[in-house]
Amino acid sequence: MTLRGDTTSSVRGVADVAPDPMLPRPFRVQDVRHDTDDTVTLWLDPLDGEPLGFAAGQFTMLQAFGVGEVPISISGDPGDPRYLQHTIRDVGGVTAALVRARVGDVLGVRGPYGVGWGVRDAAGADVVVVAGGIGLAPLRPALLELLGNREQFRRAVLVYGARSPADLLFPAELEAWADRPDLDVAVTVDHAPSGYRGRVGLVTEPLARAGLDPGRTLALVCGPEVMMRHVAEDLVRLGVPPAWVRLSLERNMRCGVGLCGHCQLRELFICVDGPVLGLDRAAPLITVREL
Amino acid sequence: MRTMKELLEAHPFFAGLDDEAIELVVGCATNVHFDPDEYLFRLGDPADRFYVVRHGRVALELHVPGSGQQVVDTVEEDQVLGWSWLVPPHRWFLDARAVMPTSAISLDGVCLRGKCDEDPALGYAFMQRVAHVMYERLQSARVRLLDLYGGGRDAAR
Repeated sequence: MTLRGDTTSSVRGVADVAPDPMLPRPFRVQDVRHDTDDTVTLWLDPLDGEPLGFAAGQFTMLQAFGVGEVPISISGDPGDPRYLQHTIRDVGGVTAALVRARVGDVLGVRGPYGVGWGVRDAAGADVVVVAGGIGLAPLRPALLELLGNREQFRRAVLVYGARSPADLLFPAELEAWADRPDLDVAVTVDHAPSGYRGRVGLVTEPLARAGLDPGRTLALVCGPEVMMRHVAEDLVRLGVPPAWVRLSLERNMRCGVGLCGHCQLRELFICVDGPVLGLDRAAPLITVREL
Repeated sequence: MRTMKELLEAHPFFAGLDDEAIELVVGCATNVHFDPDEYLFRLGDPADRFYVVRHGRVALELHVPGSGQQVVDTVEEDQVLGWSWLVPPHRWFLDARAVMPTSAISLDGVCLRGKCDEDPALGYAFMQRVAHVMYERLQSARVRLLDLYGGGRDAAR
């Protein structure tokens, strides 16, 4: 990185100066899909024409100009980064502004940041993807990478839990995935109206019956932290080594580059050491109430 | 075609029961089948049996005034359905409706309670298994009570 104030760079001109990590790149909203009553997926087109390459599991700092900036995981296909894809739930503040974005609006993007899922580490092994609620969005790139390179892996399992059938993300894609002979899909919801024919219960229930080969399984888990704790405990009880249980942690990421300390979790900065961490590193941290 | 004893032995709920105990249970068991939307039992009915689900899926439903019937749980292959046969007042607390073609073994609760009373070892083995089912359902209900997917710090992603 070139330091700011480096006179050599200044005389060469702006083009030679490394980009300021705090400076957002402008992206235009190309398309908007309303996934549920509070969640949208945005397709973002870089104004400078340079696609944003990323690893599955990474996030960006997404900015609604004049409102603020939040960390949002990338939900698109890492093999096709033409448009940057983000799936965002409206939980107020900046996310409310992002969810209201319309085609043609310009948003700011910094990143991508953080450590991804490392799907390829499971080449030759089984992969189980466990998602809860909006947690399917950060896992979608990993699933797409897995399915795009399906021959490199043994068994593939997706277990997805949501609040109700109306809250299921990517329903058309879920149906297509369920039809694939090379992917076992188990969807469960917390409750449902009568007439629903799917599973109702906790996300850990189908996991217990998935018939995993625990010694050869990489587990990727994303969802609310309590759900991840339960899933992780069950996976370890089944025999999956803790280092092969990977969780995506959500903390108060601000700078994205490990400077500000807002996302510090004891010795870790989640924005650079995470958000994806093996359970061997995460377990001592996520069970401490004060952290 | 497998015998009732073989079917029971193959079901995880009965794992670890010895031959003699399985033979006792066989005497209280019958094979049953339910078509989609057929009710296994209704709220308030006498709970005189429980079901060992072999194939299919059963929805447990409660009527919520203003919202209609709500599915609060499903039971499927390798699980068992119902513990009200064991606990007074022996009445079903929910409706149970098959949501797909469902095959199960129906166990006569009165017959089974009698055998458990006569044979405390069998009774204890049954209580352990039913307690485990109740524990899992309680944990599931507790965690879902938190409405984890509904919002909170993790929600924006």
